Amino acid sequence: MNKNNFIQGYCRIKDNTVLKNEELLFSEDTSTLNEFLKLAYQHFKTDYSKFFKMDRLSKLGFLCADVLLNSLKENNLFQENTAIVLANKSASLDTDRKYQKSIEDADNYFPSPAVFVYTLPNICMGEISIRHKLYSENSFFIFDAFNADYLWEYTNSLLQNKKADSVLCGWVDVDEDSYEAFLYVVSANGNLNHTKEEITRLYFTNE
Amino acid sequence: MSELKQELKEKIIEQLNLEDVAVDEIQDNDLLFGEGLGLDSIDALELIVMLDKDYGIKLADPKEGRKIFESVQTMAAYIEANRSR
Repeated sequence: MNKNNFIQGYCRIKDNTVLKNEELLFSEDTSTLNEFLKLAYQHFKTDYSKFFKMDRLSKLGFLCADVLLNSLKENNLFQENTAIVLANKSASLDTDRKYQKSIEDADNYFPSPAVFVYTLPNICMGEISIRHKLYSENSFFIFDAFNADYLWEYTNSLLQNKKADSVLCGWVDVDEDSYEAFLYVVSANGNLNHTKEEITRLYFTNE
Repeated sequence: MSELKQELKEKIIEQLNLEDVAVDEIQDNDLLFGEGLGLDSIDALELIVMLDKDYGIKLADPKEGRKIFESVQTMAAYIEANRSR
């Protein structure tokens, strides 16, 4: 029998704003995602110099996860065995293009190792895991659009099969000028029911 | 040589995205890896690419990098002796 699970909290970064549980934490008009993420990094006193080496997808997912997980830590709700289940539409295309540019001219062929390492979307989960010392299950899926049903089912499976005590899930996507991160944490405790309808409602709030 | 060292410090900061490090914080003999600037293995590969791209130096054996990239001082000395551009 399925045990009920709950959403402990959620965070969204979109349109130059950072919201946690619908509370506006940070907003700044900037012309580029990198500029916005740098200002948000400074605002949240993130203090993690490797942040600046990450690609835009990893920076976005890392910052969104950091705001959410740090909030759980402050409230003694963070669980060490937190799995990560992320999804997006563009995979690592944003960085793939950048890498492609560095190798398309045979006379100026200098592929960057630092760019190459981010030509997989799941590196974003690695950055979050290193930061929060997570040695847990993680999966990254590619869908045409946000897929609450799949995330719900996969997350429940991890929790019911005791693969994790909580799961950081959601959507992290970057493609040229478009970006969005919506992450939430599911566990046996929380105020919001972990249902497909609730995930969908939270995702489309403030859309 | 001092101009080259200054140039290297600027390139290291820019190309390795060391946002929170200023040029004057890097001393010529500071260790670049480990307890010094804390560079990692990917940074080492970036430095190898930089030698090739900016100074025309191809490292045949990446293990050579351990001594060359010890500090800005050792890098500058190696570049002065081996550069083709």
